[in-house]
Amino acid sequence: MTSTQMIFIPLFLISGFFFLWSCQQRFKLVLLGESDDRTDQFSARLAGMFRYAFFQKRVVQRPYGLNHFLLFWSFLVLMLANGEFLLHGLFPALHYGKLPAPLFHGLLLAFDLVSVLVLLCVVLAFTRRLFFPPDYLDGAYSTARSGEAFLILGMITLLMVAFFGMNGAELTLGELPKEWMPISGAVGAMMSGWSESTLNATSGFFWWLHALVLLAFMNFLPRSKHMHILTAIPNCFFRSLETPVLPSREIFEEGSRYGAQQVDQLSWKDLFDSYSCTECGRCQDVCPAHNTGKPLNPRQVVHDVKVNLLRNGERLDAGKSVEQPLIGDTGEGSVSEEALWACTTCGACLNVCPVLIEHPGKMLKMRRHLVQMEARFPEELLNLFENMEQRSNPWGIAPSERTKWCTQLDAKPFVAGETEYLFFVGCAGAFDTRNKHVTVALSMIMDAAGVSWGILGKDELCCGDSLRRLGNEYIFDQLAQKNVDLFKEKGVTKIVTQCPHCFTTLKNDYRQYGLEVEVLHHSELVADLIKNGRLVLKNKVQEKILFHDSCYLGRHNDTYTAPREVLQAANGTAPAEFERHGSDSFCCGAGGGRMWMEEDAGSRINQARVKEALESAPETICVSCPYCMTMIEDGLKDEAATSVRVKDIAEVVAEQL
Amino acid sequence: MYVVACIKQVPDTTQVQIDPVTNTLVREGIPFIVNPYDTHALEESLRLRDRFGVRVAALSMGPPNAEATLRKACSLGVDDAILLSDRVFGGADTLATSRVLSAAITNLAKKDEIGIVFCGKQTIDGDTAQVGPGIATRLGYAQLTLVDRIEDLDLDKKTIRVRRKLEGRYEIVEAPLPVMITVVRELNRPRYPTVPMRLAAQKANIEVWNNETLKLNEQEIGLKGSPTWVSKIFSPERDKGEIIGDGTNDPTGTAALLVDKLLDKDLLTL
Repeated sequence: MTSTQMIFIPLFLISGFFFLWSCQQRFKLVLLGESDDRTDQFSARLAGMFRYAFFQKRVVQRPYGLNHFLLFWSFLVLMLANGEFLLHGLFPALHYGKLPAPLFHGLLLAFDLVSVLVLLCVVLAFTRRLFFPPDYLDGAYSTARSGEAFLILGMITLLMVAFFGMNGAELTLGELPKEWMPISGAVGAMMSGWSESTLNATSGFFWWLHALVLLAFMNFLPRSKHMHILTAIPNCFFRSLETPVLPSREIFEEGSRYGAQQVDQLSWKDLFDSYSCTECGRCQDVCPAHNTGKPLNPRQVVHDVKVNLLRNGERLDAGKSVEQPLIGDTGEGSVSEEALWACTTCGACLNVCPVLIEHPGKMLKMRRHLVQMEARFPEELLNLFENMEQRSNPWGIAPSERTKWCTQLDAKPFVAGETEYLFFVGCAGAFDTRNKHVTVALSMIMDAAGVSWGILGKDELCCGDSLRRLGNEYIFDQLAQKNVDLFKEKGVTKIVTQCPHCFTTLKNDYRQYGLEVEVLHHSELVADLIKNGRLVLKNKVQEKILFHDSCYLGRHNDTYTAPREVLQAANGTAPAEFERHGSDSFCCGAGGGRMWMEEDAGSRINQARVKEALESAPETICVSCPYCMTMIEDGLKDEAATSVRVKDIAEVVAEQL
Repeated sequence: MYVVACIKQVPDTTQVQIDPVTNTLVREGIPFIVNPYDTHALEESLRLRDRFGVRVAALSMGPPNAEATLRKACSLGVDDAILLSDRVFGGADTLATSRVLSAAITNLAKKDEIGIVFCGKQTIDGDTAQVGPGIATRLGYAQLTLVDRIEDLDLDKKTIRVRRKLEGRYEIVEAPLPVMITVVRELNRPRYPTVPMRLAAQKANIEVWNNETLKLNEQEIGLKGSPTWVSKIFSPERDKGEIIGDGTNDPTGTAALLVDKLLDKDLLTL
């Protein structure tokens, strides 16, 4: 046994043991979370893991992501080099020199080139953090620029420097083939006049530097945000395969508890998510609440879950009470109620996270706890909850008035076996003065196209979208069951809605109640009617229309083309686009039950969106959602942009009949 | 000590219509709610329980299905929920109703002394505001009506000081316990039930007291004991409105026209 071995073997065993112990300490805490089956559809999961983790689909969507992509793949290649390095240190007889020469040479060349690539990437990473960090990482919470981040970058630099120092010396000693290691060769050229003993000492020094930094790096991983190196790949495997990601259905039985008050009441996947966060900050960059000065930062929420787990995990595991509450104002490690209520559930964070963390679900579980276990929520929601429970609509208007919009129209009740489409009018469509125009417009369109449609009239209940997003699952559950029973009793097989919130709730959430019917948003139905030639439009008016994507139609349901096709057909030209459009669209501010709440903190989300709209000087802003309609109309009033109109796509089409 | 909240199940009046032929309320298919003013009475009782540890009893007189109203009270956390239900209580006016409620409170006093009886200032179906004062009169309690704030409650000296919300002014008054208080909406914001409390309320024990319990003279309760007879209920005729001016093309002129009309009818003076 060499002297190097005599020191390295025990060192390796100790640090290896310590690394595994750290991992075990952290990963056993994940098991405290509630069960959530994420093992179905193995092949789809595997494919996603390659797409998102190995090919870094979302990472490279932003320019600097390419730097990460190169570092990641270099890391994989260098794992081969470091594997050999460790093996060789333990068993000097084992090294790549034993491989067939072409393979050996190929590996040497790859390691040499990749290592210089890593150095360049690290220089870029340093430079970006020091001199031109992205503006969304400003502020108090910015670990991307913390000592920890620089420590890791420093370690990687040292590893590469040691690699070249060691190889340069060994090349000069004639122990490695020069022609396959051009960069190390250039380093070696600088050592050309050195004596053999100096070269040996240099090689030994860099070997030990490499060995020590490598072991330190390994042990640092599970204790830092760089834990994502271990967790991001499995996190992509265990991602939600649903679009949209649905909250679980609660079963109301005595003795149960609802939502999450403690970190162990989140799912194991929620906890694993928190270990996977790289703290890149993209979620906070796109979050409408964070962007307008609300006390919500989705990155902070995920981070707080992790801190809380690390702080309370051992105690929870031992059945003791927690040291720090999950919900509260106790700083890092707890999420404030104000932050929880600020979420519009727009899904922008979900859509942008490179490692597929599910932020809104965690906040929803905490909302569920607050509403259902503590009856604690912003006071303006009390009226909403009672109106929903007593009169099954947000405003508390008498259900008998649900048909008032069609007093001038020949709206027929849905008849089982005769009517094709149930037109689920929705509360806004039936009660909101402005939105009733959209309902009438859609009715006219369907009549013009000869669609067989009918309504439920006063028997229709609110779909319950706001209740569910606000965490009042108990009342949502009652409305959903009654609506689904009614649909089944009437033999409904096709439903059209004029609201993305009704649309997503009926189409996706109600599946948890056994409803399997075709649900269309009116943009889809109208687009089909135009394509099939059933709807003929005059196509005279050419307005400068700007189209705003609703979160629940776009991001949550991947419906981007239908409304654009409709507008193209009705207006003769494709609609103009916001700077942030499609899956990058910016929320109007009313989703997630925010429609019914005051917006006191920061600036207003709808004003931010309207300002963005006015940059392209539209004549008309076109929406496909009653909430967006209200929010954008209000925003325009605030901006005194009274000449700009807001229309639903149905209204634009109805004008061309 | 008991704090009693008298609550009533009422039809959701936003949904009630009057049958033009029979001139009676069309109650079919109309959901019932807890009389909104009574929810504030209930809330104040629960707040006193939270602060002073008194016992809260919810009382409701009504048909068997009024049990739902008491379950709602249970979901908010009352200690006792008592339904006063008997055929002979039916058809009661405010006098007969106050007799039954007073008898029930007297019966409850056998268990523990009564401190405060809270009622809503009125119900939204009858709108008489008479039952609360009726109870106070029958029981010989001081009556503090239209209360919008409890200024002070001293359980040792057994006194209460409250603020009454009157037209254009407030009045602060003090009375010895026991006392009957009717409350206005400004008094508090009712709490919202938690789900575990709702589920527990579904199984909660609702005591039912009939006239075997209260042993009242049948000539003094129900329809027989009610001097008030309703001869007719009707909706007042509403004059047809008129459309003035052309708001679309001449908004300024139309607004001026509207102001003139309002001035003519003397509707703009204070």
